[in-house]
Amino acid sequence: MTGYRLDNGGRIDRNRPVEFRFDGHSYQGFAGDTLASALLANGISLFGRSFKYHRPRGIMAAGSEEPNALISVDRGAGRFTPNLRATSVEIHAGLNAFSQNRWPSLKRDFGAINDRLGMFFPAGFYNKTFMWPRSFWEKLYEPAIRKMAGLGDAPTQEDPDIYASTYAHCDLLIVGAGPAGIDAALEAMGSNKRIILIDEQDELGGGALADPALWPWLERSRKALIDAPNVTILTRTTAFGYYHDNFIGAVQRLTDHSPDNSDSPREKLWRVRAGEVVLAQGAIERPLVFDGNDTPGVMLSSAAKVFGLRYGVAVGKSVALMAAHDSGWHDVFALAKAGVGIKAIIDVRTELSSALLDEASRLGINVHLNHSVTGVNGRHRVTSIQICNNDDYVGTRIDCDTLLMAGGWTPSVHLWSHSKGSLAWRDDIGAYVPDQPNENARCVGACSGGWDFGSGVIVDVLPTPKDQSRIKAFVDFQNDVTAKDIKLAVREGFRSIEHIKRYTTNGMATDQGKTSNLNGLQIASTALAKPVTDIGLTSFRPPYTPQTFGALAGHAKGALFQPTRTTNIDGWAAENGAVFELVAQWRRARYFPKMGEDMHAAVNRECVAVRSSVGIFDASTLGKIEVVGPDAAEFLNRMYTNPWKALEPGRCRYGLLLKEDGFITDDGVSARLAPDRFHLTTTTGGAARVLNMMEDYLQTEWPDLDVWLTSTTEQYAVIALQGPNARKLLEPLVEGIDLSADAFPHMAIREGTICGIPTRLFRVSFTGELGFEINVPTAYGRALWERLMAEGAKFDITPYGTEAMHVLRAEKGFIIVGQDTDGTITPFDAGLDWAVGKKKPDFVGKRSMARPDLVAPGRKQLVGLLTDDPNVVLQEGAQIVADPRQPIPMTMIGHVTSSYWSETLGRSIAFALVAGGHEMMGGTLYIPMPGKTHEAKVTGMVFYDAEGARLHV
Amino acid sequence: MILIHCPYCDEKRPEIEFANAGQAHVARPLDPSSQSDEEWEAYLFIRANPRGRHHERWRHVHGCGRFFNAVRDTVTDKFETTYKAGEPRR
Repeated sequence: MTGYRLDNGGRIDRNRPVEFRFDGHSYQGFAGDTLASALLANGISLFGRSFKYHRPRGIMAAGSEEPNALISVDRGAGRFTPNLRATSVEIHAGLNAFSQNRWPSLKRDFGAINDRLGMFFPAGFYNKTFMWPRSFWEKLYEPAIRKMAGLGDAPTQEDPDIYASTYAHCDLLIVGAGPAGIDAALEAMGSNKRIILIDEQDELGGGALADPALWPWLERSRKALIDAPNVTILTRTTAFGYYHDNFIGAVQRLTDHSPDNSDSPREKLWRVRAGEVVLAQGAIERPLVFDGNDTPGVMLSSAAKVFGLRYGVAVGKSVALMAAHDSGWHDVFALAKAGVGIKAIIDVRTELSSALLDEASRLGINVHLNHSVTGVNGRHRVTSIQICNNDDYVGTRIDCDTLLMAGGWTPSVHLWSHSKGSLAWRDDIGAYVPDQPNENARCVGACSGGWDFGSGVIVDVLPTPKDQSRIKAFVDFQNDVTAKDIKLAVREGFRSIEHIKRYTTNGMATDQGKTSNLNGLQIASTALAKPVTDIGLTSFRPPYTPQTFGALAGHAKGALFQPTRTTNIDGWAAENGAVFELVAQWRRARYFPKMGEDMHAAVNRECVAVRSSVGIFDASTLGKIEVVGPDAAEFLNRMYTNPWKALEPGRCRYGLLLKEDGFITDDGVSARLAPDRFHLTTTTGGAARVLNMMEDYLQTEWPDLDVWLTSTTEQYAVIALQGPNARKLLEPLVEGIDLSADAFPHMAIREGTICGIPTRLFRVSFTGELGFEINVPTAYGRALWERLMAEGAKFDITPYGTEAMHVLRAEKGFIIVGQDTDGTITPFDAGLDWAVGKKKPDFVGKRSMARPDLVAPGRKQLVGLLTDDPNVVLQEGAQIVADPRQPIPMTMIGHVTSSYWSETLGRSIAFALVAGGHEMMGGTLYIPMPGKTHEAKVTGMVFYDAEGARLHV
Repeated sequence: MILIHCPYCDEKRPEIEFANAGQAHVARPLDPSSQSDEEWEAYLFIRANPRGRHHERWRHVHGCGRFFNAVRDTVTDKFETTYKAGEPRR
């Protein structure tokens, strides 16, 4: 034996040595090793420091349930992964791994002082101690605690890796490719079922990988499954969650194990819908609870067997076993035969089968029945153990460098429980096993509670003569929860395991209690003197093991996080220096700054251009719905507050839409093209919501109406030409439409062509100027825009953005639904009662407008505000008070909804929602803002051209 | 992710294709103006919140676009049945 590597055996490739680094030192392992097995082979026993007490920790398990040996792997910039289990990290050339939660080094850790102070850190310590003063929490307590108690460092750079994702469907999904899972696959292989077999390890086999007698069978089975055309095998894949209707989430690790293909996706998320699910997740061995059970060198007996027989590594040169279950005996027999020095077997039981005793005797192993380990010596590695007779506590010391624990088995029912399958308690194995399924699923093998490891007894804490309050017997190794902590929680009055768990944090670490839940339950059960089944069981929740955010996000990050909708004209805006803003999912040009202009200067210039000559605006994002059918007018009459039946074809109307509760939800100008055809417009953000609402009424309340609704938002590019020169610019370009004021009045629509392009030409205005909105098929949008820009040069045509549009509409008193209303505003509150058809018997929201609350005095109403100092632009959202001298906290009676500098008016203007606002015309209100409280007069909302002279030209 | 049977498409489809639309069989009064404040309040706001069977409206919004009714168990989150709008309550 070289170091701790056995001379023979294991599935590692001894012809392929692999160099890797741990904490800056270079080590050698073999292809097929995990970081854990390779470091153990190099004699490393210390892997990390514990969460709370900074106690030295080694390896406890050999699989993904490992609670202690959490390490970080650095794969270069942005590729730092903390909290990986050393037992699941495959080594490869260039692997650069680090231990965690230690400073300045793993062996000399400053934080280990916490261990000496352990008596001051009982369960609930943080809750109890750092309550006061409250202000200290954020600045002092939390940063200090976070530095001391923690896991690995969070990565600080953006993750450059690619993550793939896919959907898959199969008739049979098998989770776990140990003997039971492989048998299930072999059995179904001959059918025509589509089968997916998932396993978290790098090769199929599970427990069989540590059983050389099964290797020939394993190889035959593996070949058969690979050759079967209907079987998909996913290794290095963790089924992390089981969701409704047999939907399983799994993450496949594609490149972390191989050094030189970082351009390929790192991981792949599988979303699998399965006809039937077979869970073959196996069982996890349970640690025993005794003083010093977390010392490096104390590990699960099954783990030692895996390291010995799968990886060819002796976990120690002088190994003792503390057993409560037969399986440990079988493990050490196998290890002894593989050349590992077995010093002694200690078992809590008094009687065992003679077969075990005979075999131990034949192998020359000392046996101590009815004994328990009561102490472990050694800090960074076991040097000896103290054992005692359970009856008289007469003890002795055994020199050894490793102590194995065989505490029985816990079936892995995690996914079964995700699926809401019920569990039944089995006293004989002291564990919950699957009972009734909730989905088309079944458990096979060890996770169903069926195994041939022999029998055992369940012991909550090993007998000890020591003062129970002075010992550190760990239950949850990752969260540093001891048996004492759980007993304390019970003494302090916690009765349900749900509360005990949260108070002690037992089972709440990244391993979710895989090795601690059942021991915690047993200890609480004893402390409460109640059967385990009476104190409940905490829920198993996804993920089974921690998964990366990258895998879950997949491609949905950065620009692909959500779609950005752009208009046909967006490219022109980008090329011409537009500053953009997002409106719903649309990217809209906010303003077009010229050289040296800030937003303020650009918006002022754009507004003046519209008022003095002509401006051009991309209004393509307006929601558009085509309403067609013999009952179209009747339908709109029922939906909108306004009357629609009398609207003549060729005319437009401002439509106000309420929800059934009487509050404004949308508005827009709509046109009647023909008796049975309307072109509706909605707000940019409201298009989908309005169509959904209309479909709802049409399908479910009035299915007798013959009407068809079609979203046409993306079918039209819409260019608004606004300003006194708009007609002059347009006239020579339009064919088939008489643009004169008499033939084409304000609020009319005509169909014809512009520059040869078919158009629906609206004469409408959101600015108060003579204006047109030109609808053309989307693909022509930019071409028409560029033509208008060229032809408009003689009028000094000015593109303007949403910011100028907001100012221009506010000068005219036009509201924006969603900015000036908030879902609690009625037409009357908004000063829009003129848009309500008083004679209509019914429309959506009409009955609610008469609800007592909606006619009560004191409602918030929309008003105009003019600051006494015309240069002060109020902050949107600023609160409004009636009396600035009242004591704080003042009564806030409303807030500013829109506020701008109006270059046209040479002063600021604002809208506000104010309780009883309509009754306050001419009165003064006060707006406290940082530095000063401003006075403003309550006014109407139309600040410019109140008589509409500029529109009707 | 739940599978929901659309009674119009007659297929089970993933729930991301659907949108919940509240309690089913709440008919809009034919003549709202004749409703008392109490009756209108009941129609507008008062909804069942059962433990167990719940009649709900769903819309196959990313499919055929139709609204339909469903009976879902609020404890198990399982759909008992779905049926077309206008069919009697099940």
